[in-house]
Amino acid sequence: MIRPSFRSPSFRWQALGWQALALAAVALIIVMFTKNASQHLAARHIATGFGFLREAAPIPIGESLLSYTPSVSSYGRAFLIGILNTLKVAIPGCLLATLLGTLIGIARISPIPLLARLAAVYVEVLRDLPLLLQLLFWYGVFQTLPAPRQSFRPLAGVFLSNRGMRFPALAWQSGFGWILFAALAGIALAIVLARATALSPHRARRLAAFLPIPLFPALVFAVTRPTIIIAWPALRGFNFQGGMTISPEYAALTTGLVLYTASYVAEIVRGGLISVARGQWEAGAALGLSRAAALRLIVLPQALRLIIPPMTSQYLNLVKNSSLAVAIGYQDLVSIADTALNQTGQAIEGIGLIMAVYLTISLAISLAMNLYNARIARRTR
Amino acid sequence: MPPIVPRWSGCFALGMILWLSLLASLPLAGARAAGSGSPTLDAVRARGLLICGVAGNAAGFSLPDSQGVMQGIDAEGCRAIAAAVLGDQHKVKFVPTTTENRFTALQSGEIDVLVRETTWTLGREASLGLEFGVINFYDGTGFLVKKSSGVTSARDLDGATVCVEPGTSTELAIADYFRVNNMKYTPVEIQDLQEIHNAFLSGRCDAYSTDSSALAGFRFTQGAHAEDFLLLPELISKEPLGPMVRKGDDKWFDIVRWVSFAQITGEEYGVSSRNIDSFANTTNPDIRRLLGLEGGLGKALGLDDKWAFYVLKQVGNTGEVWNRTMAPLGLPRGLNGLWNRGGLLFAPPIR
Repeated sequence: MIRPSFRSPSFRWQALGWQALALAAVALIIVMFTKNASQHLAARHIATGFGFLREAAPIPIGESLLSYTPSVSSYGRAFLIGILNTLKVAIPGCLLATLLGTLIGIARISPIPLLARLAAVYVEVLRDLPLLLQLLFWYGVFQTLPAPRQSFRPLAGVFLSNRGMRFPALAWQSGFGWILFAALAGIALAIVLARATALSPHRARRLAAFLPIPLFPALVFAVTRPTIIIAWPALRGFNFQGGMTISPEYAALTTGLVLYTASYVAEIVRGGLISVARGQWEAGAALGLSRAAALRLIVLPQALRLIIPPMTSQYLNLVKNSSLAVAIGYQDLVSIADTALNQTGQAIEGIGLIMAVYLTISLAISLAMNLYNARIARRTR
Repeated sequence: MPPIVPRWSGCFALGMILWLSLLASLPLAGARAAGSGSPTLDAVRARGLLICGVAGNAAGFSLPDSQGVMQGIDAEGCRAIAAAVLGDQHKVKFVPTTTENRFTALQSGEIDVLVRETTWTLGREASLGLEFGVINFYDGTGFLVKKSSGVTSARDLDGATVCVEPGTSTELAIADYFRVNNMKYTPVEIQDLQEIHNAFLSGRCDAYSTDSSALAGFRFTQGAHAEDFLLLPELISKEPLGPMVRKGDDKWFDIVRWVSFAQITGEEYGVSSRNIDSFANTTNPDIRRLLGLEGGLGKALGLDDKWAFYVLKQVGNTGEVWNRTMAPLGLPRGLNGLWNRGGLLFAPPIR
């Protein structure tokens, strides 16, 4: 029998036919499942639709970046708070895990044996224990802190107790918005100036590019002169009032995620660094560069190409792992959505929203990292 | 060059499509099968086993004892249904559920009945596609505090941190209570019961709030330290707890509800697991109907005529169940007694 060749038109049509058939099968399955689900939901008198997002949410929320009153604010707002709470863990978590992981990864190839061994022990221990166990461990540790009345005071106005860390905070004034705006404008201008002066031989000129960052907000501050009120925490009744709080749940979740993810990041960084040929280090030394300078100027830029792609999956993992918050009572998106779907009974819609949000966050991270990766790749070739 | 798509792949794809369509049509096929008119009853009979959703970690309601046997008022409720339907109280599989997955477990058919200290509310009955058979426990939301905190009334809790399970009617009740009384509080919401207990014991929360019976159970499990905790006198909500079934299976609903009524009726007429055999020749028509000696009421329910006999003989009446489950926790009978003794237990006539 004659087999159609890979490039022959008959093969192409056949392949296209199979693909169309597969696509039709998938579509058929989706249609069937949707129809089945809606039939059964209707038969069981289970409420459907996203109308509940506008209804008042009676669920209590412990910490939120937006104002929220149970039974007054809507489910939509509760979901939004959940998304912000997830981001509040994910963004600092990714930054800190990168920082810590990079340092440990560099320490692992350090010529100092003690440092290298310590880093190796860190990686092996943290990587081998289940994350949930680590989160429960850190939550337990933060709960052993003393009660508010006996709290530690590491600095004036800072209180460390089993209710979390309470510290003084600036009370927000309307004028602060302009200062924030000026700071952002200063950063934007500094980036433009820094690019323009990057190749300048004058060190002063290169530094001057960054001047707008402190200057702009200072100027606006001098002109608008907003009143500065600092809210100091004070013990009243059961707990501290005033100032800002880092809750034990948030602290445990972020600590656990950062330490765990950093162990993977360290291995990725180490892998990237040792992939750069020894000759590059030696070339740096031959030019009279110190080991630190060779690392910063020669090895790290080449290693980045290998480091960035696996780092993307670590960031995605960290974001998704943050949903373990449920176990230690931090109210992230999954926790709030779970409670909401339990109170409304609309599980399919609730799970759908959770999936949509995680997908959006994950795709955004992938997109940003791919763009960065493309830039790195172009530059070094 | 060999083709990238092997020749058998066409058959494989067709097979997959057929298999998946078969899977998708399964639930429909189940609903069409003929039987007693109750798909749940048929499924339980065919399986020879009742699958019962419980909490599995709440003293007094459902908690395994040192032999691993599930004990508590909810567990006994499951056994009573198994005794009535299958004639053997031991033909029960207990499935532990959390406050958050309990309704989904019942909606999806994973369990036959949910007996998990669940509060009967309009919202749940109207929107979940589930319904409550009966009330097996009259409860109210309470607060447990440490005696050392000096708090003696729920009114003292302004500004307190309160540990509460997410997805419960408790979290709704305390939100209302604090709002109505113009007080503030910080919730700590933890799904796992063990973790929430740890958080309260370690001082993360000033108060732990849930149904007062569960608080009494929790305090009881603290053993020698039970005296360090105080159950505040206020009950801030009505929490009638009961078993739930899926809507649309009225015969199954009837069985769950009347098994409970049979136990109440048993207590009312003084019929218990110990003395039930002495009623074999009774002339009291009410007791004769209850024990299936006349009336043929069991058949009407779709069960054996001796259904209530099995329940009372194997599990016992409501008074016996109480004495085995709640009395050891130091709970007074109160609202959970018979209607003619100051309680709310009142069964319609079995006739």
